Amino acid sequence: MKQIPRFRRGFRFQWEPAQNGYVLLYPEGMVKLNESAGAILNEVDGERDVEAIIAALQRRFPEAGDLGPDVREFLRDAGQQHWIEWL
Amino acid sequence: MNGASATPQVGPPLWLLAELTYRCPLQCPYCSNPLDFAHSGQELTTEQWVSVLRQGREMGAAQLGFSGGEPLVRQDLPELIAEARALGYYTNLITSGLGLTEAKVDAFAEAGLDHIQVSFQASDPELNNAVAGSRKAFEQKLAMARAVKDAGYPMVLNFVIHRHNIHQMNDIITLCERLGADYVELATCQYYGWAFINREGLMPSRAQLELAERQVNDQRQRLADAGSAMKLIFVTPDYYEERPKACMNGWGSLFLTVAPDGTALPCHSARLLPIDFPDVRSMSLREIWYDSPGFNHYRGDSWMPEPCRSCEEKTRDFGGCRCQAYLLTGNADNADPVCDKSPHHERILAARRAADHATAGLGELVYRNAGNSRLLFRG
Ligand code: SF4
Ligand code: SF4
Repeated sequence: MKQIPRFRRGFRFQWEPAQNGYVLLYPEGMVKLNESAGAILNEVDGERDVEAIIAALQRRFPEAGDLGPDVREFLRDAGQQHWIEWL
Repeated sequence: MNGASATPQVGPPLWLLAELTYRCPLQCPYCSNPLDFAHSGQELTTEQWVSVLRQGREMGAAQLGFSGGEPLVRQDLPELIAEARALGYYTNLITSGLGLTEAKVDAFAEAGLDHIQVSFQASDPELNNAVAGSRKAFEQKLAMARAVKDAGYPMVLNFVIHRHNIHQMNDIITLCERLGADYVELATCQYYGWAFINREGLMPSRAQLELAERQVNDQRQRLADAGSAMKLIFVTPDYYEERPKACMNGWGSLFLTVAPDGTALPCHSARLLPIDFPDVRSMSLREIWYDSPGFNHYRGDSWMPEPCRSCEEKTRDFGGCRCQAYLLTGNADNADPVCDKSPHHERILAARRAADHATAGLGELVYRNAGNSRLLFRG
Protein backbone atom coordinates (compact mmCIF):
# COMPACT_ATOMS: atom_id res chain seq x y z
CA MET A 1 0.00 0.00 0.00
CA LYS A 2 1.35 3.44 -0.91
CA GLN A 3 1.22 5.77 2.06
CA ILE A 4 1.83 9.45 1.58
CA PRO A 5 2.38 11.58 4.69
CA ARG A 6 1.57 15.26 4.80
CA PHE A 7 1.56 17.79 7.63
CA ARG A 8 -1.69 18.13 9.45
CA ARG A 9 -3.58 21.33 8.88
CA GLY A 10 -2.13 24.11 11.03
CA PHE A 11 1.26 22.43 11.41
CA ARG A 12 4.25 24.24 10.00
CA PHE A 13 7.75 22.85 9.69
CA GLN A 14 10.56 25.36 9.41
CA TRP A 15 14.21 26.05 10.06
CA GLU A 16 14.92 28.39 12.97
CA PRO A 17 18.39 29.94 12.88
CA ALA A 18 18.13 31.12 16.52
CA GLN A 19 17.59 27.52 17.65
CA ASN A 20 19.95 26.12 15.06
CA GLY A 21 17.45 23.47 14.07
CA TYR A 22 14.10 22.56 12.58
CA VAL A 23 10.95 23.16 14.56
CA LEU A 24 7.36 22.13 14.16
CA LEU A 25 4.94 24.95 14.87
CA TYR A 26 1.25 24.48 15.62
CA PRO A 27 -1.48 26.40 17.43
CA GLU A 28 0.21 27.89 20.48
CA GLY A 29 2.90 25.24 20.45
CA MET A 30 6.35 24.46 19.15
CA VAL A 31 8.53 21.33 19.16
CA LYS A 32 12.22 21.57 18.59
CA LEU A 33 13.19 18.59 16.43
CA ASN A 34 16.41 16.66 16.77
CA GLU A 35 18.59 16.20 13.73
CA SER A 36 17.14 12.95 12.46
CA ALA A 37 13.53 14.01 13.03
CA GLY A 38 14.27 17.24 11.18
CA ALA A 39 15.88 15.37 8.28
CA ILE A 40 12.92 13.01 7.93
CA LEU A 41 10.21 15.66 8.19
CA ASN A 42 12.12 17.81 5.73
CA GLU A 43 11.23 15.20 3.10
CA VAL A 44 7.50 15.27 3.86
CA ASP A 45 5.87 17.16 1.01
CA GLY A 46 2.43 15.59 0.67
CA GLU A 47 3.47 14.06 -2.67
CA ARG A 48 6.00 11.33 -2.07
CA ASP A 49 5.20 8.12 -0.24
CA VAL A 50 7.18 6.59 2.60
CA GLU A 51 9.35 4.44 0.31
CA ALA A 52 10.31 7.46 -1.80
CA ILE A 53 11.15 9.39 1.36
CA ILE A 54 13.35 6.55 2.60
CA ALA A 55 15.12 6.38 -0.76
CA ALA A 56 15.77 10.14 -0.68
CA LEU A 57 17.21 9.94 2.84
CA GLN A 58 19.30 6.94 1.85
CA ARG A 59 20.81 9.02 -0.96
CA ARG A 60 21.47 11.95 1.40
CA PHE A 61 23.08 9.77 4.05
CA PRO A 62 24.79 6.96 2.10
CA GLU A 63 26.93 5.94 5.09
CA ALA A 64 23.98 5.44 7.41
CA GLY A 65 23.03 1.84 6.63
CA ASP A 66 19.41 0.74 6.29
CA LEU A 67 17.23 3.70 7.36
CA GLY A 68 13.91 2.07 6.50
CA PRO A 69 12.84 0.71 9.90
CA ASP A 70 13.68 3.93 11.82
CA VAL A 71 11.98 6.19 9.30
CA ARG A 72 8.85 4.05 9.21
CA GLU A 73 8.68 3.97 13.00
CA PHE A 74 9.22 7.71 13.31
CA LEU A 75 6.52 8.52 10.78
CA ARG A 76 4.13 6.11 12.47
CA ASP A 77 4.73 7.94 15.79
CA ALA A 78 4.34 11.32 14.11
CA GLY A 79 1.00 10.10 12.79
CA GLN A 80 -0.11 8.97 16.24
CA GLN A 81 0.84 12.39 17.62
CA HIS A 82 -1.31 13.86 14.84
CA TRP A 83 1.60 15.93 13.48
CA ILE A 84 1.13 14.33 10.10
CA GLU A 85 -1.76 12.58 8.44
CA TRP A 86 -1.89 9.92 5.73
CA LEU A 87 -3.20 10.44 2.24
CA MET B 1 24.41 36.96 19.81
CA ASN B 2 27.41 36.47 22.09
CA GLY B 3 29.91 39.04 23.20
CA ALA B 4 28.27 42.24 24.38
CA SER B 5 25.39 40.80 26.40
CA ALA B 6 25.77 40.95 30.17
CA THR B 7 23.79 37.74 30.68
CA PRO B 8 24.93 35.40 27.92
CA GLN B 9 23.25 32.34 29.48
CA VAL B 10 19.83 33.83 28.73
CA GLY B 11 18.24 32.28 25.64
CA PRO B 12 16.10 34.19 23.15
CA PRO B 13 12.40 34.95 23.69
CA LEU B 14 10.80 32.23 21.56
CA TRP B 15 7.25 33.43 22.22
CA LEU B 16 6.01 36.93 21.69
CA LEU B 17 2.60 38.03 22.90
CA ALA B 18 1.35 41.25 21.34
CA GLU B 19 -1.50 42.64 23.40
CA LEU B 20 -2.73 45.04 20.79
CA THR B 21 -5.37 46.82 22.86
CA TYR B 22 -7.22 46.71 26.17
CA ARG B 23 -10.45 47.67 24.41
CA CYS B 24 -13.01 44.86 24.38
CA PRO B 25 -16.77 44.63 23.87
CA LEU B 26 -17.06 41.92 26.55
CA GLN B 27 -16.82 42.22 30.32
CA CYS B 28 -15.61 38.83 31.61
CA PRO B 29 -15.25 38.98 35.38
CA TYR B 30 -12.05 36.88 35.15
CA CYS B 31 -10.31 39.04 32.56
CA SER B 32 -6.53 39.02 32.97
CA ASN B 33 -6.17 42.64 31.89
CA PRO B 34 -4.99 44.98 34.64
CA LEU B 35 -7.68 46.42 36.91
CA ASP B 36 -6.63 49.94 35.96
CA PHE B 37 -6.74 49.30 32.19
CA ALA B 38 -8.97 52.34 31.73
CA HIS B 39 -6.02 54.52 32.77
CA SER B 40 -3.56 52.89 30.39
CA GLY B 41 -1.56 55.17 28.08
CA GLN B 42 -1.81 55.52 24.31
CA GLU B 43 -1.71 52.38 22.18
CA LEU B 44 1.32 51.72 20.02
CA THR B 45 0.97 52.80 16.40
CA THR B 46 1.10 50.38 13.48
CA GLU B 47 4.72 51.33 12.76
CA GLN B 48 5.69 50.75 16.37
CA TRP B 49 4.08 47.30 16.36
CA VAL B 50 5.80 46.42 13.09
CA SER B 51 9.11 47.38 14.64
CA VAL B 52 8.40 45.20 17.69
CA LEU B 53 7.55 42.26 15.42
CA ARG B 54 10.74 42.69 13.39
CA GLN B 55 12.96 42.97 16.42
CA GLY B 56 11.34 39.96 18.08
CA ARG B 57 11.74 37.79 15.03
CA GLU B 58 15.37 38.82 14.63
CA MET B 59 16.00 37.72 18.20
CA GLY B 60 14.47 34.31 17.49
CA ALA B 61 10.78 34.55 18.42
CA ALA B 62 8.80 32.00 16.40
CA GLN B 63 5.38 31.93 18.06
CA LEU B 64 3.36 35.11 17.97
CA GLY B 65 0.03 35.75 19.68
CA PHE B 66 -2.20 38.70 18.89
CA SER B 67 -4.43 39.23 21.89
CA GLY B 68 -5.90 41.98 24.00
CA GLY B 69 -8.55 43.07 25.01
CA GLU B 70 -10.11 42.21 21.72
CA PRO B 71 -7.46 42.46 18.98
CA LEU B 72 -10.12 42.79 16.27
CA VAL B 73 -10.75 46.30 17.53
CA ARG B 74 -7.47 47.33 15.88
CA GLN B 75 -8.14 48.39 12.31
CA ASP B 76 -4.53 47.61 11.33
CA LEU B 77 -4.81 43.92 12.28
CA PRO B 78 -4.68 42.62 8.66
CA GLU B 79 -1.54 44.64 8.08
CA LEU B 80 0.10 43.30 11.24
CA ILE B 81 -0.84 39.73 10.34
CA ALA B 82 0.69 40.08 6.88
CA GLU B 83 3.87 41.54 8.32
CA ALA B 84 4.11 38.78 10.93
CA ARG B 85 3.64 36.05 8.35
CA ALA B 86 6.23 37.57 6.02
CA LEU B 87 8.69 37.59 8.90
CA GLY B 88 8.13 33.86 9.42
CA TYR B 89 6.13 33.85 12.65
CA TYR B 90 3.53 31.23 13.42
CA THR B 91 0.71 33.66 13.99
CA ASN B 92 -2.14 33.06 16.46
CA LEU B 93 -5.17 35.29 16.84
CA ILE B 94 -6.81 35.05 20.24
CA THR B 95 -10.30 36.48 20.01
CA SER B 96 -13.71 36.53 21.62
CA GLY B 97 -15.16 36.26 18.10
CA LEU B 98 -17.00 39.56 18.56
CA GLY B 99 -16.37 41.84 15.64
CA LEU B 100 -15.30 38.91 13.47
CA THR B 101 -17.02 38.31 10.12
CA GLU B 102 -16.67 35.61 7.50
CA ALA B 103 -15.01 38.14 5.21
CA LYS B 104 -12.41 38.94 7.87
CA VAL B 105 -11.77 35.26 8.55
CA ASP B 106 -10.97 34.80 4.86
CA ALA B 107 -8.96 38.01 4.57
CA PHE B 108 -6.81 37.02 7.55
CA ALA B 109 -6.16 33.62 5.99
CA GLU B 110 -5.02 35.34 2.84
CA ALA B 111 -2.72 37.59 4.88
CA GLY B 112 -1.15 34.42 6.31
CA LEU B 113 -2.78 33.97 9.71
CA ASP B 114 -2.05 30.44 10.94
CA HIS B 115 -4.67 29.98 13.62
CA ILE B 116 -7.68 31.59 15.27
CA GLN B 117 -8.63 30.73 18.83
CA VAL B 118 -12.20 31.56 19.71
CA SER B 119 -13.05 31.84 23.39
CA PHE B 120 -16.39 30.80 24.81
CA GLN B 121 -17.79 31.47 28.26
CA ALA B 122 -20.07 28.43 28.50
CA SER B 123 -21.78 25.70 26.45
CA ASP B 124 -25.18 27.40 26.31
CA PRO B 125 -26.25 30.92 25.32
CA GLU B 126 -27.81 31.87 28.64
CA LEU B 127 -24.80 31.27 30.84
CA ASN B 128 -22.33 32.32 28.14
CA ASN B 129 -23.93 35.70 27.71
CA ALA B 130 -24.37 36.26 31.44
CA VAL B 131 -20.63 35.67 32.03
CA ALA B 132 -19.58 37.74 29.02
CA GLY B 133 -21.89 40.59 29.92
CA SER B 134 -23.25 40.62 26.37
CA ARG B 135 -26.62 39.55 25.01
CA LYS B 136 -25.67 38.25 21.59
CA ALA B 137 -22.20 36.87 22.19
CA PHE B 138 -22.94 33.14 22.03
CA GLU B 139 -24.67 33.09 18.66
CA GLN B 140 -21.89 35.18 17.17
CA LYS B 141 -19.23 32.88 18.60
CA LEU B 142 -20.91 29.79 17.15
CA ALA B 143 -21.14 31.40 13.72
CA MET B 144 -17.50 32.45 13.84
CA ALA B 145 -16.30 29.06 15.04
CA ARG B 146 -17.98 27.57 11.96
CA ALA B 147 -16.45 30.22 9.69
CA VAL B 148 -12.98 29.50 11.10
CA LYS B 149 -13.47 25.82 10.39
CA ASP B 150 -14.78 26.42 6.87
CA ALA B 151 -11.79 28.61 6.04
CA GLY B 152 -9.49 25.66 6.78
CA TYR B 153 -7.82 26.90 9.95
CA PRO B 154 -7.00 24.48 12.75
CA MET B 155 -9.68 25.07 15.36
CA VAL B 156 -8.87 25.81 18.96
CA LEU B 157 -11.75 26.59 21.28
CA ASN B 158 -11.04 28.05 24.68
CA PHE B 159 -13.29 27.91 27.70
CA VAL B 160 -12.37 29.65 30.92
CA ILE B 161 -13.64 27.38 33.67
CA HIS B 162 -14.97 28.51 37.05
CA ARG B 163 -17.56 27.45 39.63
CA HIS B 164 -20.48 28.63 37.48
CA ASN B 165 -19.68 26.56 34.38
CA ILE B 166 -17.49 23.69 35.62
CA HIS B 167 -20.58 21.44 35.76
CA GLN B 168 -20.87 21.81 31.96
CA MET B 169 -17.72 19.84 31.12
CA ASN B 170 -19.53 17.13 29.17
CA ASP B 171 -21.73 19.62 27.33
CA ILE B 172 -18.74 21.77 26.46
CA ILE B 173 -16.87 18.82 25.01
CA THR B 174 -19.92 17.70 23.03
CA LEU B 175 -20.32 21.21 21.62
CA CYS B 176 -16.64 21.27 20.60
CA GLU B 177 -16.94 17.91 18.88
CA ARG B 178 -19.95 19.13 16.97
CA LEU B 179 -18.04 22.20 15.83
CA GLY B 180 -15.10 20.02 14.76
CA ALA B 181 -12.49 21.45 17.12
CA ASP B 182 -8.91 20.21 16.93
CA TYR B 183 -8.01 21.44 20.41
CA VAL B 184 -10.15 22.33 23.37
CA GLU B 185 -8.62 24.39 26.13
CA LEU B 186 -10.46 24.03 29.41
CA ALA B 187 -8.59 26.68 31.31
CA THR B 188 -9.52 27.11 34.93
CA CYS B 189 -9.33 30.72 36.03
CA GLN B 190 -5.96 31.99 37.11
CA TYR B 191 -6.48 34.46 39.91
CA TYR B 192 -4.85 37.65 38.71
CA GLY B 193 -6.40 40.86 37.47
CA TRP B 194 -10.18 40.78 37.59
CA ALA B 195 -10.25 37.13 38.57
CA PHE B 196 -8.34 37.95 41.75
CA ILE B 197 -10.93 40.39 43.05
CA ASN B 198 -13.67 37.95 42.02
CA ARG B 199 -11.95 34.86 43.33
CA GLU B 200 -14.53 33.91 45.92
CA GLY B 201 -17.23 34.00 43.30
CA LEU B 202 -15.19 32.08 40.69
CA MET B 203 -13.13 29.40 42.40
CA PRO B 204 -14.63 25.91 42.13
CA SER B 205 -14.83 23.69 45.20
CA ARG B 206 -12.64 20.62 45.40
CA ALA B 207 -15.66 18.39 44.84
CA GLN B 208 -16.57 20.29 41.68
CA LEU B 209 -13.00 20.07 40.45
CA GLU B 210 -12.66 16.35 41.11
CA LEU B 211 -15.87 15.59 39.27
CA ALA B 212 -14.72 17.70 36.31
CA GLU B 213 -11.36 15.93 36.25
CA ARG B 214 -13.06 12.54 36.12
CA GLN B 215 -15.33 13.71 33.33
CA VAL B 216 -12.43 15.05 31.28
CA ASN B 217 -10.48 11.82 31.75
CA ASP B 218 -13.46 9.72 30.68
CA GLN B 219 -13.98 11.92 27.64
CA ARG B 220 -10.30 11.64 26.71
CA GLN B 221 -10.54 7.87 26.84
CA ARG B 222 -13.68 7.92 24.73
CA LEU B 223 -12.07 10.21 22.13
CA ALA B 224 -8.93 8.05 21.99
CA ASP B 225 -11.02 4.89 21.55
CA ALA B 226 -12.91 6.56 18.71
CA GLY B 227 -9.62 7.54 17.03
CA SER B 228 -10.50 11.23 17.33
CA ALA B 229 -7.71 13.77 16.97
CA MET B 230 -9.52 16.29 19.18
CA LYS B 231 -7.26 17.09 22.08
CA LEU B 232 -8.49 18.19 25.50
CA ILE B 233 -6.20 20.47 27.46
CA PHE B 234 -7.41 20.84 31.04
CA VAL B 235 -5.58 23.48 33.03
CA THR B 236 -6.43 22.82 36.67
CA PRO B 237 -6.27 25.61 39.25
CA ASP B 238 -2.99 25.66 41.14
CA TYR B 239 -4.91 26.64 44.27
CA TYR B 240 -5.56 22.90 44.65
CA GLU B 241 -1.91 21.90 44.35
CA GLU B 242 0.78 21.67 47.04
CA ARG B 243 3.52 22.77 44.65
CA PRO B 244 3.40 25.86 42.46
CA LYS B 245 3.58 25.83 38.70
CA ALA B 246 6.85 26.68 36.98
CA CYS B 247 5.52 30.05 35.97
CA MET B 248 6.26 31.01 32.34
CA ASN B 249 8.96 28.33 32.35
CA GLY B 250 11.02 30.75 34.42
CA TRP B 251 11.02 34.54 34.51
CA GLY B 252 12.36 36.04 31.29
CA SER B 253 13.30 32.66 29.83
CA LEU B 254 10.93 32.14 26.86
CA PHE B 255 8.04 34.62 26.93
CA LEU B 256 7.93 38.28 26.09
CA THR B 257 4.69 40.22 26.31
CA VAL B 258 4.21 43.69 24.93
CA ALA B 259 1.23 45.54 26.41
CA PRO B 260 -0.94 47.95 24.37
CA ASP B 261 0.98 51.01 25.58
CA GLY B 262 4.38 49.50 24.75
CA THR B 263 5.30 48.23 28.21
CA ALA B 264 7.37 45.05 27.86
CA LEU B 265 6.59 42.34 30.41
CA PRO B 266 7.87 38.84 31.24
CA CYS B 267 4.24 37.69 31.51
CA HIS B 268 0.88 39.28 30.84
CA SER B 269 0.05 39.90 34.48
CA ALA B 270 3.50 41.08 35.66
CA ARG B 271 2.32 44.64 35.30
CA LEU B 272 0.77 44.43 38.77
CA LEU B 273 4.24 43.96 40.35
CA PRO B 274 6.00 46.96 41.89
CA ILE B 275 8.76 46.76 39.29
CA ASP B 276 9.68 49.27 36.62
CA PHE B 277 9.20 47.60 33.26
CA PRO B 278 10.78 49.02 30.11
CA ASP B 279 8.93 50.61 27.21
CA VAL B 280 9.51 49.44 23.62
CA ARG B 281 9.37 53.07 22.51
CA SER B 282 12.49 54.02 24.41
CA MET B 283 14.58 50.84 24.33
CA SER B 284 15.34 48.15 21.77
CA LEU B 285 13.74 44.77 22.36
CA ARG B 286 17.20 43.24 22.64
CA GLU B 287 18.24 45.62 25.44
CA ILE B 288 14.90 45.07 27.12
CA TRP B 289 15.23 41.30 27.06
CA TYR B 290 18.92 40.91 27.91
CA ASP B 291 19.86 44.01 29.89
CA SER B 292 16.88 45.77 31.49
CA PRO B 293 16.58 45.58 35.30
CA GLY B 294 12.91 44.63 34.94
CA PHE B 295 13.67 41.48 32.94
CA ASN B 296 16.71 40.54 35.00
CA HIS B 297 14.89 41.04 38.30
CA TYR B 298 13.90 37.42 38.86
CA ARG B 299 16.28 35.58 36.56
CA GLY B 300 18.44 32.96 38.23
CA ASP B 301 17.83 32.26 41.93
CA SER B 302 20.02 34.66 43.90
CA TRP B 303 16.93 36.77 44.69
CA MET B 304 15.20 33.93 46.54
CA PRO B 305 14.58 34.10 50.28
CA GLU B 306 13.83 31.00 52.34
CA PRO B 307 12.21 28.50 52.03
CA CYS B 308 13.05 28.53 48.30
CA ARG B 309 16.73 29.48 48.69
CA SER B 310 17.75 26.16 50.22
CA CYS B 311 15.06 24.08 48.52
CA GLU B 312 16.06 21.29 46.13
CA GLU B 313 13.02 21.89 43.97
CA LYS B 314 13.87 25.46 43.02
CA THR B 315 15.29 24.49 39.65
CA ARG B 316 11.97 22.84 38.81
CA ASP B 317 9.40 25.47 39.81
CA PHE B 318 11.57 28.61 40.26
CA GLY B 319 9.64 29.32 43.47
CA GLY B 320 6.36 29.61 41.53
CA CYS B 321 4.56 32.68 40.31
CA ARG B 322 5.82 36.14 41.33
CA CYS B 323 2.43 37.73 40.77
CA GLN B 324 0.71 35.20 43.02
CA ALA B 325 3.39 35.69 45.69
CA TYR B 326 2.84 39.43 45.53
CA LEU B 327 -0.95 39.32 45.56
CA LEU B 328 -1.13 36.88 48.46
CA THR B 329 1.84 37.87 50.64
CA GLY B 330 2.54 41.48 49.72
CA ASN B 331 6.11 40.66 48.70
CA ALA B 332 6.85 39.28 45.24
CA ASP B 333 10.14 37.71 46.41
CA ASN B 334 8.36 35.21 48.61
CA ALA B 335 7.64 31.60 47.73
CA ASP B 336 4.37 31.22 45.86
CA PRO B 337 1.91 30.40 48.71
CA VAL B 338 0.58 27.47 46.69
CA CYS B 339 3.66 25.67 48.00
CA ASP B 340 2.98 23.90 51.29
CA LYS B 341 6.47 24.88 52.46
CA SER B 342 5.48 28.56 52.24
CA PRO B 343 4.69 30.20 55.61
CA HIS B 344 1.76 31.82 53.79
CA HIS B 345 0.21 28.56 52.53
CA GLU B 346 -2.71 29.20 54.91
CA ARG B 347 -4.00 31.82 52.43
CA ILE B 348 -4.50 29.07 49.89
CA LEU B 349 -6.13 26.76 52.42
CA ALA B 350 -8.49 29.58 53.40
CA ALA B 351 -9.44 30.12 49.75
CA ARG B 352 -10.22 26.40 49.43
CA ARG B 353 -12.43 26.50 52.52
CA ALA B 354 -14.19 29.57 51.19
CA ALA B 355 -14.83 27.76 47.90
CA ASP B 356 -16.64 24.99 49.77
CA HIS B 357 -19.14 27.47 51.16
CA ALA B 358 -19.33 30.21 48.53
CA THR B 359 -22.81 31.28 47.58
CA ALA B 360 -22.21 34.37 45.41
CA GLY B 361 -24.18 34.34 42.17
CA LEU B 362 -22.90 35.60 38.84
CA GLY B 363 -24.65 38.91 39.42
CA GLU B 364 -22.47 39.65 42.42
CA LEU B 365 -19.19 39.56 40.49
CA VAL B 366 -17.35 42.72 39.49
CA TYR B 367 -17.52 42.84 35.70
CA ARG B 368 -14.57 44.04 33.68
CA ASN B 369 -15.50 47.36 32.15
CA ALA B 370 -14.17 50.88 32.02
CA GLY B 371 -16.65 52.11 34.63
CA ASN B 372 -15.56 49.55 37.21
CA SER B 373 -11.91 50.11 36.29
CA ARG B 374 -12.22 53.82 37.08
CA LEU B 375 -14.16 53.11 40.26
CA LEU B 376 -11.47 50.75 41.53
CA PHE B 377 -8.74 53.28 40.78
CA ARG B 378 -10.24 56.59 41.67
CA GLY B 379 -7.05 57.23 43.64
S1 SF4 C 1 -11.29 38.02 29.05
FE1 SF4 C 1 -13.26 38.75 28.23
S2 SF4 C 1 -13.30 40.95 28.78
FE2 SF4 C 1 -11.16 40.27 28.98
S3 SF4 C 1 -10.25 40.73 27.01
FE3 SF4 C 1 -10.94 38.60 26.90
S4 SF4 C 1 -13.01 38.70 26.03
FE4 SF4 C 1 -12.48 40.76 26.71
S1 SF4 D 1 9.98 26.08 48.70
FE1 SF4 D 1 10.10 27.36 46.87
S2 SF4 D 1 11.43 26.23 45.45
FE2 SF4 D 1 10.80 24.78 47.05
S3 SF4 D 1 9.01 23.74 46.22
FE3 SF4 D 1 8.25 25.48 47.40
S4 SF4 D 1 8.07 27.16 45.93
FE4 SF4 D 1 9.34 25.58 44.97
